[in-house]
Amino acid sequence: MTTLPTSTDKKLGLVIDLDTCVGCHACVVSCKGWNTENYGAPLSDQNAYSGAASGTFLNRVHSYEVQPADKAAQLIHFPKSCLHCEDAPCVTVCPTGASYKRVEDGIVLVNEKDCIGCGLCAWACPYGARELDAEEKVMKKCTLCVDRIYNTNLPEEDRQPACVRTCPAGARHFGDLGDPDSDVSQLVAERGGFDLMPEQGTKPVNKYLPPRPKDVEPEFDILAPYLEPIATDGKGFVGWLDKALSALPGGAK
Amino acid sequence: MTKQPVLDTSPPVSDEVRKTTCYMCACRCGINVHMKDGKVAYIEGNKDHPVNQGVLCAKGSAGIMQHNAPSRLRAPLKRVGPRGSGEYEEITWDEALTIATDWLKPIREEAPEKLAFFTGRDQSQSFTSLWAQGFGTPNYAAHGGFCSVNMAAAGIYTMGGAFWEFGQPDWDHTKMFMLFGVAEDHDSNPIKIGIGKIKARGARVIGVNPIRTGYNAVADDWVGITPGTDGLFILALVHCLMKAGRVDLDYLARFTNASVLVNEDPKSEQFGLLLRGKDGEPQVIDRRTGKLAAWNGQGVEPDLSASYRHKGVTHRPVFHHMADRYLMDEYAPEAVAERCGIPAKRIRAIAADLARVAFDEAIELDREWTDFRGVKHDKMVGRPVSMHAMRGISAHSNGFQTCRALHVLQIILGTVEVPGGMRFKPPYPKPPHAHPKPHGRTQPGGPLNGPHLGFVHGPDDLMVKDDNSAIRIDKAFTWDNPMSSHGLMHMVISNAHAGDPYKIDTLFMYMANMSWNSSMNTSGVMNMLTDTDENGDYVIPRIIYSDAYSSEMVAYADLILPDTTYLERHDCISLLDRPICEADAVADAIRWPVVEPDRDVRGFQSVLCELGARLDLPGFVNEDGSQKYADYADYITNHLRRPGVGPLAGWRMGETGLQDGRGEPNAGQLDSYIANGGFWMEHVPENCAYYKPFNVDYQAWAVKMGFYDSPQPYIFQLYVEPMRRFQLAAEGHGTRQPPDHLREQIKRVMDPLPIWYAALEDGHVDPVEYPIHALTQRPMAMYHSWGTQNAWLRQIHGVNPLYVPTKIWEANGFKEGDWARVTSTHGAITVPVAHQASLNENTVWTWNAIGKRKGAWALDEDASEATKGFLLNHLIHELLPPKGDGLRWSNSDPITGQAAWFDLRVKIEKSGAPDVTQPAFPAIKSPVPKGPTDQAWKVGK
Repeated sequence: MTTLPTSTDKKLGLVIDLDTCVGCHACVVSCKGWNTENYGAPLSDQNAYSGAASGTFLNRVHSYEVQPADKAAQLIHFPKSCLHCEDAPCVTVCPTGASYKRVEDGIVLVNEKDCIGCGLCAWACPYGARELDAEEKVMKKCTLCVDRIYNTNLPEEDRQPACVRTCPAGARHFGDLGDPDSDVSQLVAERGGFDLMPEQGTKPVNKYLPPRPKDVEPEFDILAPYLEPIATDGKGFVGWLDKALSALPGGAK
Repeated sequence: MTKQPVLDTSPPVSDEVRKTTCYMCACRCGINVHMKDGKVAYIEGNKDHPVNQGVLCAKGSAGIMQHNAPSRLRAPLKRVGPRGSGEYEEITWDEALTIATDWLKPIREEAPEKLAFFTGRDQSQSFTSLWAQGFGTPNYAAHGGFCSVNMAAAGIYTMGGAFWEFGQPDWDHTKMFMLFGVAEDHDSNPIKIGIGKIKARGARVIGVNPIRTGYNAVADDWVGITPGTDGLFILALVHCLMKAGRVDLDYLARFTNASVLVNEDPKSEQFGLLLRGKDGEPQVIDRRTGKLAAWNGQGVEPDLSASYRHKGVTHRPVFHHMADRYLMDEYAPEAVAERCGIPAKRIRAIAADLARVAFDEAIELDREWTDFRGVKHDKMVGRPVSMHAMRGISAHSNGFQTCRALHVLQIILGTVEVPGGMRFKPPYPKPPHAHPKPHGRTQPGGPLNGPHLGFVHGPDDLMVKDDNSAIRIDKAFTWDNPMSSHGLMHMVISNAHAGDPYKIDTLFMYMANMSWNSSMNTSGVMNMLTDTDENGDYVIPRIIYSDAYSSEMVAYADLILPDTTYLERHDCISLLDRPICEADAVADAIRWPVVEPDRDVRGFQSVLCELGARLDLPGFVNEDGSQKYADYADYITNHLRRPGVGPLAGWRMGETGLQDGRGEPNAGQLDSYIANGGFWMEHVPENCAYYKPFNVDYQAWAVKMGFYDSPQPYIFQLYVEPMRRFQLAAEGHGTRQPPDHLREQIKRVMDPLPIWYAALEDGHVDPVEYPIHALTQRPMAMYHSWGTQNAWLRQIHGVNPLYVPTKIWEANGFKEGDWARVTSTHGAITVPVAHQASLNENTVWTWNAIGKRKGAWALDEDASEATKGFLLNHLIHELLPPKGDGLRWSNSDPITGQAAWFDLRVKIEKSGAPDVTQPAFPAIKSPVPKGPTDQAWKVGK
């Protein structure tokens, strides 16, 4: 059993905009690249050039279809990584203390030296956000790029998680969700950001912004004046045109 | 609680950052390549770069896996087994170049057209075409004919530029963005950045696409149109807008040929042509005088409605002709709704919204500007509706007219080159007459008489002999497809095999996987490449191929010239070619070897420099006969296309020092590019930012920068007169006459105002027997066949089921894990199916180019791509089914020759599950070793 801090100084996390995510997987691969080369063991690949390849990823994009009763079906792209929960069951279940939540910023990390690869944390996580690396046999998870966000070797503007820096559509935002005045907190307030599976009681720090309503049928009566016919055929159109032109500046002769 | 470990949160990131240009797809983003111990450790986007502004897609971030892919070729190869077997021996570069020279030199001296040199997805066409021109063969093109030539050509002919490399939405001002079928890599990151901006502002996105994935999944409104009917839908919008008078009259009068007069005498040789003055300029009626005036006369106020009668012949303005046509009931929403699969009410609602946003939400920028008639405007008026489209609407046999229709819709709303609308990127806008015409005159031992590709303006510009037979092997610029500005690469192998119009000796290709995903009729093409004549000789006698990787095509060549990866090479992304500019900036860029190759491979363009010298090609040898350019870097630095204009526009040498745009070569130019992050950029002056085709300040700036040598103001061509010239010939006018079997087709399709006609395949294939449309899409995380050799990307798209809409899914009783047999008039495939509800109810689709041939790409033969992946290409023939007239009818747009991939019709039935997808082909022997089973990639200590 490992204990969680009673509170953290900051609640660093991600805000992911499901209205904007086009499902391009840029975040997935950028994360793979950075975290293969950096924090802890590399993210390995099995059957890299054969069969059905499968490797370790800290961030994946899933796609779900939604079929409203009276409208066209919709497709929602759903990026998923560790949500850095305030009540993180993956930490409390860890038998060695390898999984922990940082006091200063709330990031949930695995100390790979102490990880025995038992997999209890992955079992405890209701989001499926942890992956046991098949090569190194240690548990891997999103570090919120803890080796980028404070890294003084990087220009200040680059001190953000790799997935946020690379997201082409700007669907990913990083900041302190414990500070109600932060940009990310404001965004959550404006857009009705929500917790993933709140009934699990994990109090995730990461938030999702909901897709805006789609395929809203306009009231045609409001739009109708825009298409009020001025003619029924080419000849009538020319008649209207002559009048319209004479009304333009310099028109009437 | 447990004590927290002490972390080093500031580890060193890399030893060095080298900035170059990505090549994981055609988007050409700037990348920062982080190096550790001389190896590539991490790749991220370059924040200063105009294309991607720091972001990078999945492909770009996976570049490290491409650069190190086991599939990389290692040395030149000479075929030792039969073609298609994959049996090769490695040879030296000297031997390889000697073989190539021995094959090519006699051809050049006797009949240069016996060489067909076609490049695929290369980004050096201004260089490769120069080489082909020097060789003297008319048979050169790149891959545009099987990609998006309809979009490019319709854009140039209509408005002097199209989308992607030519133009983009004004992302910062637009309020409504309408996106038609698009290939994701055709402006990959900029579109995602733009959609992000629009979404952040709460502006609206409308997606028109049979498939609701990707961009269409985030669109506020999805129009799940029936494939091939986009033109009909667009013309219905035009109908609604014109019928309501919701058109920008001032813009149409001033900046388009809507006011230009058209001859209406059916007996005249000028019937349907524009009335021209003594100086040859098209005429309008000047509202100030009521008299004729040239369209570009100083101070002229063109009248959109005045007619002109002279010697008994009436001339009416183009706009009257448009009114006659588009107000007809056949374009009413009710008349098109069923064919488009869109309710009439929805079409009207979209038209009304376009009108509302364009006119009631117009924007103004306080910027003065002066037009080419000398008229001063005190502000820039914007109509904030923008549009973008690409392959989805263009890869049909009605694609050219559909793309034209889209541009006409943009133009009547006044949304091109205005704030909030669509903006061109330098060096565009550029009207069709400022481009070359095609050239094809050969001479033994000498160069071609000019550039191969260009824009025709009438029958006189065709590449046909007196008997109407084709000058080019791909039959580009013939009566079959007169305006084929990008050539027809998809017809080269088929025509060469058939000896139609003639036989060739050597087929020389670069970066084009023609024996697999880049060809229609894939198994047919494999047979053509291996077919032998009565003497046992190959029908296509010699094949030279250059590629960096062990693609399926490698097995079919006699000589392989191994290319480098994109991180090991020089390249220029040039204004002479397919530039990377943004609407607000002119820019070009380079690639440079951020790492040196560890194999015996050479950049293909450097190889052409040496081969060109061995063949004594003009432009590739000095006066003393020695090699002119040591390598591609030397060419990039020192080549002059015109006085003062070279491949790169940045840091050229002026009289008093370095300058941009025009200037003499600068020996340190590439170093300047490297120091600046791999690119050069100069901002478009603020008063030149919009109305560029008409804006005198922009025109002067364009001349200064070297885009062209004199101002080229023009007006948009709603009515494309060159098309009318082909119709006139088909009607019997003029000396250059089409063959009789093509007269009716030309009269019908070469309409100078946009029309819609059903896909030609519908006339050959029974729509009742084959009721389902079948499409492919390119995934955002893969580029053509390249992604599969990438250990990270193939984990995202390792298989490609056929996605089936609910109606067809239920009608066939499909269940998860089922397989289906899919049949077209040409062939059948047996493949896994998956259900997708967010899909046009009569359309099935799959991801493009995931399926792989066993043995290719250094993959194990059990790779999922080779067992569960498949190609739709097996169902598509490069020819339409025979009509019984003995002629070979190409499965292409009859105007441009664009490959009509998306005309495909199929039927589908449930099938048992075979071991692997069908058809299956025997494995090819790999010229490179297979990759490791597992990997844990890390280059740093």
